[in-house]
Amino acid sequence: MTMQYQAREGCLQVCLEGELGHHEAIHLMSQLSALVEDHLPGQLILNLEGLDFMDSSGIAVVVQTARKCAGYGGRLSVVHTPQQAKKVFDAAGLDRLVDIC
Amino acid sequence: MRLLKKDQINQVTLRFSSRSANEGFARAAAAAFIAQLDPTMEQVYDIKTAVSEAVTNAIVHGYRDTLGPITMTVRLYAPASVEIIVRDEGCGMENVAKAREPMFTTGGSDRSGMGFTIMESFMDGLRVRSSPGRGTTVTMQKVLQARAQV
Repeated sequence: MTMQYQAREGCLQVCLEGELGHHEAIHLMSQLSALVEDHLPGQLILNLEGLDFMDSSGIAVVVQTARKCAGYGGRLSVVHTPQQAKKVFDAAGLDRLVDIC
Repeated sequence: MRLLKKDQINQVTLRFSSRSANEGFARAAAAAFIAQLDPTMEQVYDIKTAVSEAVTNAIVHGYRDTLGPITMTVRLYAPASVEIIVRDEGCGMENVAKAREPMFTTGGSDRSGMGFTIMESFMDGLRVRSSPGRGTTVTMQKVLQARAQV
């Protein structure tokens, strides 16, 4: 999996590509955590358009990143979620905690 | 859900080490094998997701701080059903019912506790057998195509 980001005017946009399972999640979580600490974004947009596959590890990544953002007064939105990943988020009812579209 | 032995049309068994790099291998292998039943894209993703959860559980919980073997068997049944068995010989668990509850996890904050919930909702049948000190076996079944009505 690869991650790219762009920071502009308090908004941090992160794009993920590839597969996101437990193997990838551990590294991704610490990368995202470091990004939030470096940029303290008012809004973090997680773009999942390039994701080929995601399992429940993605739920933990989103929940932890949302908490991290909220801790600094920011907000996480998940956008361009592929159908497969959406189904995993829905099984956990994650859209009640985080903006997902 | 009950699949009949006489309707079994193909089978593969893979045995691999409980390294997290093998999670991607296991789900890709399962997806490649079930392609013989001509599943829809959504069915392939459902099965890949459930396999990923079962194999990750074996790696994260079964062999918490150790390495050990994981066996995955995929059986195809006529006209179009699949059974996947993921077995580890790790630490096992006392309370399977508790482990199956949504949001329950003995893992760290990197685990969501949703693994069994996803296996249950993405497959048509799930059975978990575990014995402490001996390991855990997860059996999942899914119908890919409804039998023709007579």
